[in-house]
Amino acid sequence: MQVKLLSEHYDKPEFQTLGGYERHGGYVVLAKALKMDPNAIIEEVKASGLRGRGGAGFPTGTKWSFLPKNGEPRYLLCNADEGEPGTFKDRVMMEKAPHQLIEGMIMSSFAIGCKKSYIYIRGEYTDSLRIVGKAIQEAYKAGYLGKNILGSGFDHDMDVYSGAGAYICGEETGMISSLEGLKGQPKLKPPFPAVQGYLRKPTIVNNVETLAAVKYIIRDGAASYRKHGTEKSAGTKLFSVSGNVQRPGTYEVPLGLPLKVLINDICGGLKPGRKLKAVIPGGSSAPILTADEANKVTMDYEALAQMGSMLGSGAVIVIDDSNCMVDMLSTIMHFYHHESCGQCTPCREGTGWLNKITHRIAHGHGESKDIELIKKVSEQMMGKTICALSDAAAMPAISFVTKFRDEFETYIKKGQLGAGGAAHA
Amino acid sequence: MASTFSMSAEGLAFIKKELTRYETPYSAIIPSLFRVQAEHGWVPPEAVVLLGKTLNLPEAHINEVLYFYTMFNTKPVGKFHIQVCTNISCAMNGGRELTQALCKHYGVEVGQTSADGKVTINKVECLGSCDTAPMMQVNADSYLENLTPESAIKKLKEMGA
Ligand SMILES: Cc1cc2nc3c(=O)[nH]c(=O)nc-3n(C[C@H](O)[C@H](O)[C@H](O)COP(=O)(O)O)c2cc1C
Ligand code: SF4
Ligand code: FES
Repeated sequence: MQVKLLSEHYDKPEFQTLGGYERHGGYVVLAKALKMDPNAIIEEVKASGLRGRGGAGFPTGTKWSFLPKNGEPRYLLCNADEGEPGTFKDRVMMEKAPHQLIEGMIMSSFAIGCKKSYIYIRGEYTDSLRIVGKAIQEAYKAGYLGKNILGSGFDHDMDVYSGAGAYICGEETGMISSLEGLKGQPKLKPPFPAVQGYLRKPTIVNNVETLAAVKYIIRDGAASYRKHGTEKSAGTKLFSVSGNVQRPGTYEVPLGLPLKVLINDICGGLKPGRKLKAVIPGGSSAPILTADEANKVTMDYEALAQMGSMLGSGAVIVIDDSNCMVDMLSTIMHFYHHESCGQCTPCREGTGWLNKITHRIAHGHGESKDIELIKKVSEQMMGKTICALSDAAAMPAISFVTKFRDEFETYIKKGQLGAGGAAHA
Repeated sequence: MASTFSMSAEGLAFIKKELTRYETPYSAIIPSLFRVQAEHGWVPPEAVVLLGKTLNLPEAHINEVLYFYTMFNTKPVGKFHIQVCTNISCAMNGGRELTQALCKHYGVEVGQTSADGKVTINKVECLGSCDTAPMMQVNADSYLENLTPESAIKKLKEMGA
């Protein structure tokens, strides 16, 4: 069930260092890539069907081909801001296999003709910052970074940059603002970063997992990579599984795996005596699935979209019958209200309202009109703002009150805890 | 007091180096603010004046950055800034009970600093370690994971809190 490409050597502490990485074939694929025609790498990535692992699932090779076809300087930014609640797979990779990310980034940079890249790591990840920073130094010393890499004539510099605590800097244009030394506020698109990004130069932003996957596509070839996963959702995916399972953790599986196999067989199922109540399949922005839906769905972009949810960042939060959905939604709404950057009225006001309404229901002061109010406010927040944070808050809100309406009604009627009834602060 | 704010020679040298490390001097603001905080515990207004001079950037801009990002403390915090995650997976696994137990143990409310200036307790959003819930971060150190109230208090004691 598990297919380990990116996570094959996670269990070996030596894989964190250059020597250990090289002992397991490290930087051999880079040497191969540097002998290829850069366009052939882009074509291989296109043919692999790789889609962005940061949340939106945009085809990576296609994104790269939006760059202008001239010699204009361009940047590659690795998005390691990882703030979507439930997600931790990028941190695990940076701590266990930093060179795998660096190697993937160097060959990606070679493919798109980029001489400078940054890894933007969220500020709380002080271990990742230290480990990746050290790995970059090791790579420089060994000649994998800097001038004339492995005698290829290709020059590339790489650096890390620390965020400072703002989920919105995970949004690609927010991240660009932050790296430019500004408040991390998203910018209006178009222009898209590939045309005008960091310092108004063409810029590609890709997630940690996306860039690491490039290495395996070049190593094995697109056709081989495509053997994993489904027609439209190719390859393997790292899932961050947490919540009420026996063995939470990061697991790499082929896309298209039934969610119930992930939960029951790979993660050891629920605690004895507990029943599945719901699953958040792709981070806190992903609409929630009921137990029935979770038992039917497969973990690929299409199947989750068909269920009205999304694969998102691949953060699976498993919820058993001891939890209260009202309480949980109020936690999620607190998060989005806290993280809205405040530029757009529908988002700033909408997340404020959703936070307020869900908290008053959770504290027993809900009113009968509140469920419809949540839906109305949410609908007014969608598709109207500079970035997708507003939608990311509205979508789970609608899904919770629609799919668990009874529980919200019970709370409102009785002014007390609903089914399960986790204590709320 | 804050009016006597100064930085170590190494701190100033670090900031000057950051100034030329990136494509734009503005990118040196975040690392410089982190450096101030590492030396001083928080970022007092006097530090912004000093950074404005050292980086040759407008103080107003440095303040904008300072107040945008949540990791910067714009008020004094205790020597041990305890940040407990209370987002979804941690809340499901006892993160709030952990917060309450720590507050009780140190005799403070969330957001407050103990009278001896040693401990500040705050709730924070998901720290990206949900498989080890409940968890917390003290200052900018490595995460403390898979906690119970007892194990958390024990670890904090060992650290001197
Ligand atoms: C509010 C918000 C937060 C986001 N946070 C992240 C994040 O933490 N990490 C990430 O890789 N992408 C995040 N994204 C998606 C990025 O904007 C961008 O699509 C992604 O980094 C592109 O990389 P990919 O194509 O490799 O997935 C976020 C998007 C939004 C709207
Ligand atoms: S949608 Fe929200 S987070 Fe995004 S730019 Fe607008 S206000 Fe900021
Ligand atoms: S919910 Fe606490 S670390 Fe993610």
